[in-house]
Amino acid sequence: MRRDKPDKRQNHRQRQAQNRAADAQPECAHNAETESDGRDASAHKAGRGYRSEGSRTVAAFKAAFPYTIPIFTGFWFLGFTYGIYMNAAGFSFWYPMLMSLTIFAGSVEFVTVNLLLGAFNPTQALLLTLMLNARHLFYGIAMLEKYGSAGRKRFYLIFGMCDESFSINYTAQIPAHVDKGLFMFFVTLLNQIYWVSGSTLGGIFGGLLPFDMRGIEFVMTAMFIVIFMEQWMKDKTHASHILGFALSLLCLILFGADNFIIPSMAAILVALTVLRKKLEFPDAPGEAQ
Amino acid sequence: MTAMTFPQQLVTILMVILGTVLTRFLPFLLFPRGKPIPKYIRYLGSVLPAAVFAMLVVYCLKDTSLFSGNHGIPEAIACAAVVILHLWKRQMLLSIAGGTITYMLLIQLVFS
Repeated sequence: MRRDKPDKRQNHRQRQAQNRAADAQPECAHNAETESDGRDASAHKAGRGYRSEGSRTVAAFKAAFPYTIPIFTGFWFLGFTYGIYMNAAGFSFWYPMLMSLTIFAGSVEFVTVNLLLGAFNPTQALLLTLMLNARHLFYGIAMLEKYGSAGRKRFYLIFGMCDESFSINYTAQIPAHVDKGLFMFFVTLLNQIYWVSGSTLGGIFGGLLPFDMRGIEFVMTAMFIVIFMEQWMKDKTHASHILGFALSLLCLILFGADNFIIPSMAAILVALTVLRKKLEFPDAPGEAQ
Repeated sequence: MTAMTFPQQLVTILMVILGTVLTRFLPFLLFPRGKPIPKYIRYLGSVLPAAVFAMLVVYCLKDTSLFSGNHGIPEAIACAAVVILHLWKRQMLLSIAGGTITYMLLIQLVFS
C-alpha cells in the first residue's frame, strides 16, 4: 500500500533493467496488443519512453500487486465460501467456477444460487441483477475518465469492475513511472484470478470439509454489513445511508420479502432526488467543475 | 436437488451476466469521453451507493421471521457480532468470519 520512495524506486528500476532481458521473451506477446493511446504519450512525456514494453508491464504489475493482497485474502475467503455454498446447494464446482469467470460480481453470484434453486423466472433474474448491480452505474460514472482513456484494455476493465477493483482503481495513488492503464488492468485481473480460484476450490473441496455448513449463508449478510459500515465511516453525512435503510425496511413490510427490491430502489431514487438540494453540498465539495 | 432444467439454469445465468454487463458498460456508452456528465448523475453517483448498501443489508435479512422460529435472535446476535468486531478491529475479514461463525454456531448448537 505504500507509495514508492525515491530510493526504493531507484532499486526498483535497476531490478527492472536486470529483469528486462529475462522478460523480453514472454512479454513480446503482450507488445503486440499495445494501444497507441494517451497513456503511452504521457509515458514518453515523462521522459521514460526508452523503457521497453516488457519493463513497463513488470513495473505496473509490481505496483499493482501489493494493493491486491488484502483482496486476495478476502476473495479467497469469500470465494471459497461461495464455492462451499453452491456445493451445499447441490451444484458441481463447474457452476461457481464458470459463474465467477463470467458474472464476476460476488453479491449477485450468491443471489443467483437462490434464483437457481427457485422457480424459473428469467425476467426476475434480470431485474434483480440490474437492481443489485445498479451501483455499478455509479462506479462507471466515477471511472469514465480513468477507464475511458485506457485504450482497448478498457473493455476488460469495465467488464471486471467489481466493488473491490473499483475501490482500488478509484483511490490508488499510482506512481508516476507506472502506466495507469496497465496498473488498473493488473488490479482487475489479479482480483478476478483470486475470486475464480477461491470459488473453484470451494466448489471442489467444500463437500469434503468435515464441518456442518448450516448457516454459511450468513457470510453474505456479514459482507454487506461490513461494506455498509465502511461506507458509513467514509462519508461525512449519513442521510443517504439512513434513508436507504429506512425505505428498504418500509418497503419490506409493505410489499413482502419477494417484491420489495424494486419499490425500494424507486423510493430511494425519488427521496434522493427530492432531497438533492439538502444533500448535494456537504457530499460533493469539488464537484462544481 | 434443483427444480430447474439445465437450459433453464443456463438462461437464468445468462440473464444475470447480461444484467451485470449492462450496469457496468452503460455509463461508458451513455457518456463517451469528453461528453459532460450531467450534475444530477454525478450527485447520484456520490449519494446512491450508501443507500444501496443499506438496502442490500435489508435484502440479506429479508427472510428472517420475527414472529416464528427463532424470532430473528440468532440473526440479531450475529449482526451485532459483525458490527462490534468491525468497530473494534476494523478488519473486514475478521468481522465477516467472526459474524458468520457466530451465526453457524448459534443455529447449529443453541437454536437448533
